[in-house]
Amino acid sequence: MGVSNARHEWRRVWAVARKDLLIERRAKAAFNAMAFFAGLVLLTFGFALGPDVPAGESRQGTLLQELAPGLLWVTILFAGVLAVDRSFQLELERGGFDALRLYPGDRKALYVGKLIANVTIMLVMEILICPLAGVLYSLDLWPRLPGLAGVAILTTTGFAAMGTFYAALTANLRARQVMLPLLMFPVLLPVILAAVKATDLVMHGDPMGQLGSWVKLLAAADVLFLTTCLLVFEYVLEE
Amino acid sequence: MSSSSPSAAVEAAGLAKRYGRAWALRGIDLSIRPGEAVALLGPNGSGKSTLLRILATATRPTHGEVRVFGFPIRTDGDAVRRRVGLLSDRPPLYDELTALENLAFAAAMYGLPVRDDGLRAALATVGLPRVADARVRTFSQGMAQRLALARATLQSPDLVLLDEPYNALDVEGLRLVDQLLARVRAAGKTAILATHHIAKGLAQCDRVIALSGGRVTFDGPTARFAASPAADEAGAWA
Repeated sequence: MGVSNARHEWRRVWAVARKDLLIERRAKAAFNAMAFFAGLVLLTFGFALGPDVPAGESRQGTLLQELAPGLLWVTILFAGVLAVDRSFQLELERGGFDALRLYPGDRKALYVGKLIANVTIMLVMEILICPLAGVLYSLDLWPRLPGLAGVAILTTTGFAAMGTFYAALTANLRARQVMLPLLMFPVLLPVILAAVKATDLVMHGDPMGQLGSWVKLLAAADVLFLTTCLLVFEYVLEE
Repeated sequence: MSSSSPSAAVEAAGLAKRYGRAWALRGIDLSIRPGEAVALLGPNGSGKSTLLRILATATRPTHGEVRVFGFPIRTDGDAVRRRVGLLSDRPPLYDELTALENLAFAAAMYGLPVRDDGLRAALATVGLPRVADARVRTFSQGMAQRLALARATLQSPDLVLLDEPYNALDVEGLRLVDQLLARVRAAGKTAILATHHIAKGLAQCDRVIALSGGRVTFDGPTARFAASPAADEAGAWA
């Protein structure tokens, strides 16, 4: 690919990402649903587990603080399904899916553009959700912010890479909203486990020096998911 | 099909398309020369939209060969997409974007320069200069159809495929479509107009291809259509 061609394709990537973000900023269809869902789930967990239940003999703090990494990622990733699903749903509303198929050029640009938009929307949601979790679960997140941000970026990228791909794959299915999480989550299991474990180590300390291994697993999953999805995305867009 | 003929804008041989158990097209053979304006006539379900979608590479044929400007659609879809503009029955517009933003997005995707004045001029050609900055969700169906028309012809395609372009348009909109077809023909480009509007099709095109049940029932000059059995059939559905 020549420099001019690469520049052209990046322009298309930016056009798709900008378009999706502009639509989301105006309609807030995915964001409102995600924020409401995430807030509700965090509150429910908070009430169900109780704010003052101790974690156990071997750990300090409350049960909520102990379970916070898992609760946080379950909430964020389930809310994220709404974002990735919406990204191709908006194409179907006015026949835009056909239009995307009919633009000349490398179809990877469509995938990367949608991925950038989904990662951005999810990260914005996480920026709002994490302080809420901090307040509800009495978590002191501020000193751990750089570590948490790193884990969040890696996890969100891996999730959105696979989510964007499967959202395109299931876009035309009648049972789309059932099929999307059913297909996505089994594949995402290594990312979810690594995210929960890495977040736990960032929040509760890492005496055995395990954090690096989990972060490497997250990064490896991101590279694997991105490469695979880029290679096969063209075939997903075929009718 | 014998070989790729650079003198043909569209060549199809044994073209068939099946959706589930239903055949939308059953063995279409046709050749369209560059610069021809072809009216594709037929009742609902005759296969007009399917044929246009195959030519635009939006859907793959079940059987048969199709070449557009010599490029096989199965193996050289990208080259075909660079030369074809499709106005489909569902205009691919984004409700939350303005008319100008919709055109800017399409221009960027086609690799065209995204210049505000150029895009506004494109909107002026379809009679929408004053609503350039209004969101498409506030548009009537006719206005959306006009915008879709501007979008479909933005990249000056060599083959313009229009699927029911007269739908939902007022008198002024109908005139704009006629003007667009006249411009396409004057520029020596090829146009295929799928329509229920027989009078418009006959007035704007120099050749008619009539479809019924996925088969070609008439293929010839516009002047000969009225005397054909296909015209009697058309009287029933038009």
